[in-house]
Amino acid sequence: MAKEKLKFAFYWAASCGGCEISVLDINEKILEVVQVADIVFWPVAMDIKYKDVEKMSDEYIDVCFFNGAIRTEENEKLAKLLRKKSKVLIAYGSCSYMGGIPGLANVANRKEVFEKAYLKNISTVNPNGVTPKTRVKVKEGELELPEFYDTVKTLAQTVDVDYYVPGCPPQVELTVNALETIAKGELPPKGAVLAPLKSVCDECPLNSLKKEKIQISEIHRVYEIISDPNKCLLEQGIICMGPATRGGCNARCIKAGMPCTGCGGPCPNSPEQGAAMISALASLLGLEEEKEKYTEADIEKLVAQIKDPLGTFYMYSLPSSLLKRRVMKK
Amino acid sequence: MREVTINPITRLEGHGKITIFLNEQGNVENAYLQIPELRGFERFCVGRKAEDMPQLTSRICGVCPVAHHYAGTKALDAAFNVEPPSAAEKLRELMYCGYIIYDHILHFFYLGGPDFIIGPEAPPEKRNILGVIEKAGLEIGKEVIKHRAYGQKITEMIGGKATHPVCGLPGGISKSLSEEERQEIEKMASSCVEFAKLSLKLFYDIVLENEKYVDMIKSNAYTLKTYNMGLVDENNKVNFYDGKVRVADPHGNEFLKFEPKDYLNHIVERVEEWTYVKMPYLRKVGWKGFVDGADSGIYRVGPLGRLNAADGMATPLAQEEYELMYKTLGGKPVHSTLAFHWARLIEVLYATERAVELCKDTEITSTNVRNLPGKPGEGVGIVEAARGTLIHHYVLDENALVKNVNLIVATTNNYPAICMSIRDAAKGLIHGGNVNQGLLNKVEMAFRAYDPCFACASHFAIGQMPFTVEIYDHEKKLLKTVQR
Repeated sequence: MAKEKLKFAFYWAASCGGCEISVLDINEKILEVVQVADIVFWPVAMDIKYKDVEKMSDEYIDVCFFNGAIRTEENEKLAKLLRKKSKVLIAYGSCSYMGGIPGLANVANRKEVFEKAYLKNISTVNPNGVTPKTRVKVKEGELELPEFYDTVKTLAQTVDVDYYVPGCPPQVELTVNALETIAKGELPPKGAVLAPLKSVCDECPLNSLKKEKIQISEIHRVYEIISDPNKCLLEQGIICMGPATRGGCNARCIKAGMPCTGCGGPCPNSPEQGAAMISALASLLGLEEEKEKYTEADIEKLVAQIKDPLGTFYMYSLPSSLLKRRVMKK
Repeated sequence: MREVTINPITRLEGHGKITIFLNEQGNVENAYLQIPELRGFERFCVGRKAEDMPQLTSRICGVCPVAHHYAGTKALDAAFNVEPPSAAEKLRELMYCGYIIYDHILHFFYLGGPDFIIGPEAPPEKRNILGVIEKAGLEIGKEVIKHRAYGQKITEMIGGKATHPVCGLPGGISKSLSEEERQEIEKMASSCVEFAKLSLKLFYDIVLENEKYVDMIKSNAYTLKTYNMGLVDENNKVNFYDGKVRVADPHGNEFLKFEPKDYLNHIVERVEEWTYVKMPYLRKVGWKGFVDGADSGIYRVGPLGRLNAADGMATPLAQEEYELMYKTLGGKPVHSTLAFHWARLIEVLYATERAVELCKDTEITSTNVRNLPGKPGEGVGIVEAARGTLIHHYVLDENALVKNVNLIVATTNNYPAICMSIRDAAKGLIHGGNVNQGLLNKVEMAFRAYDPCFACASHFAIGQMPFTVEIYDHEKKLLKTVQR
C-alpha cells in the first residue's frame, strides 16, 4: 500500500515576506515536495480560512513551517492554533527563531514608535497631534485597527517549538534539507536547529587563508577601509559575526565582500550569540591572554571603538537573547 | 447603513482591509482601505551604524529588498558626501535591472495579470499562475518561471543575496564583477529581452484584442486624474536608479522637478486616525481630501506614474512600446488605473534592454568599485521601487551612527490614490446592494493594479488573496457572508 502523504502547513506572522520567497526559490524541488506531501494551509497561496484550521482535529497537520515574529494578538492566536493542530512545529527563519531585525523594535515601545512616526516626523504636518486609534467613528460608521504589543517575541516564547531553521531568509539548501529530512522521517531530537553543526567561519573560504593566531589592535568599520578580498575580515579589523554564528549559508555575505551580520543565529554550543561574539572579540583584541599589558584606559579605548554594540552583536537575536528588550517603565 | 468588509483575514499584518459602507438604497456611500501595519523602523534604526542601514531597511519588504537597499545606499553616498566610481554605479544599476525584471514579472504573471488573462469574472481558483499556464500554454509558463529566476540570479550575483542583498556601501559596492560573471549576466539579460517582447505580445493578444477589456480600461470607474511622479534622467526619460524627481500635472505638463535632497520642500504627509499609514500630498497644491484634479495634491507613482511623469524611455524598443500605449489610449497622460499593467510590461522591456547595454559596457568589470567616504552628515536617497518613488533620509552623528530616519515608501505615496480608486470602483460597480464575487474582484483589481506592497501576500506562487466579505444591514445585523 502506498504510504500516506504528509500534511504540511506554512504560515507567516510578523515578517517581510522574504521567507516565503525563499520557499519559492526552491524552484523545481517544490514538485518533489508535493509528491510526498499535501499542503493543507498556506494563507498567501491558498484560499483556506482560519476557521477551516480550527475544524481540523488536533495534530492533523504533520509539519507546520512558521515564519515571522509574534507582535500582534493575531500572530499569537495563530501560533497557538497551529501548535495545537500540528504534530511538528518549525520556527522558520530568523524572525520566528530569534525575533529577527524587526525584533530590534524592542529597544523602544509603542508610544515611542507612534511619536516618531506621527508626531515628531520631519515630513509630517500634524498640528492637532492626530494618531491612529484602534476604534474610530467615521461619518458612515465605525472602523477598527488591530492593537500592537509593546514587545516582539519569538515563536518559542509563545508556544512550544520542535525545530528551528535559521537564516534571513534561510538558504535554499537548508530548506531543501529540512524538507528531505522530514520526508524520510529522519528528524533529529526535539529542539534541534536544522543546520550544520559548524560556524560560518568553518564554511568561509577566507578561513584557510587566515593566520594560525590572529590578533587585532584596531577595529575598522566596513565602509572605512577597502578590504582585501583574500584576507579574513576579522584579521583586517572588521567585525564579522562568523565565529559566533551558525553556518549553513556557505558564507554568502563574506563571499560578496561583506562581513557576516549573524542571521544564522548562535553556534551549537553557545546559545547567547552576542555574548559569544563579544568574548571572541575580546580574545582577538588580546584582552584575555594579555590582561596585564593593558591599563583600564587602554581597554576602554579599545571597547569604545565598537559602535552600537546592540545592533552589531544582536542584530537578529535581541528578543531571544538574555537582554530581550529595553526595560519598560511602568 | 450597510457595511461590506473585504478583509483578507488570513494575513492581517502587511495587509489591507477594505470596508465599504452602503446606504439605505444599497449604493456605495464610502469606502475605506485600512492598513493595519506599523513596524517602527524609523524608531529602531536610530542608534544603529550608518553602514547597516541598507541591510536593516531591506527587511521592510522581502519582495522589494533591492529597492530599500539602494535607497539606503544612495542616502549614505549623500550623507558621507562621496560619489561611487562609475563602474560601481553601473553595477548597482545592472543589479537594479535584475530586480525590476523579477519583481515586475512576478506581478504581471502571478498577481495582476491573471485578472485579465483569465478574466475578472472567472472563478477565483482559476485566477492564478496555474490558470495563466492553462490559458497561455505550458511553454509560456516555463518561460515565466525561468526569467523570474534570471532576474533573481542577476541580483544575487552582484548583491551576494537576492533576498536581502549585502553589497551596498557608501561610495560604491563591496565586490566587482568578473568577466565570466559578466558574460553569464549578458546571456540571461538577452534572453530576458525576448521574454519581455513575448509578454507584451501576450498582453496585446489577450487584453487589447478583447473589446470588453479595453472598455474596462477606459471606463470612468478606473480613471483618476491625479498628478504623476517619477525619477527621470537628464533627458527626462524614465530611470529607476538615479536622477531627479519629476512631477507632471493632471494635464501632463511638468509641474515640478527636484533633486532628491529637496523632497521635504515638495512632499508633505498627513495622519488619519483610522489607518497606520500616512497620506502624502504635494505641498504646493495642498490636501483637499480624497479628490482628484489639479487642485488636489494627491499624486500617483509606480509604472504609470513614471511613464506619465517622463518624456519617454531611454531604450529603443521600450520607447516604441511607450509611444504605442499613449497612441492606443488617446494620448498623454493616461489616467486609467488599469494601464499600470501595460506600463509595467513596457518597463520590463526597458529594464532588460538597459541590462544588456550595461553588460556590453567594458567598464563594468573594472575592479575600481569603491571610493572612500568623507565625514558623516545628512543624506537623502531616492530610487524608483517597482511600485514607485522610494525615499530614504538619514541624519548621522559624528560617529556615523543614525540620529534620525525618515522613510516614505512607494506604496505610501500611492495610498491616497489607492483609497480613491477603490471607492470609485465600488461606486461604479455596486448598485442596489448587488454585491457578487465578480464585482468585488473588480474592486480588488482597482488596487491590485498598483501592485501595493501591503498586499504582498498576493505576490506569491499560486497566490490568490483570500477575502471575506460581510454584508450588514443598516442596523449592523449580518445578512450574508461571501467567501472566496
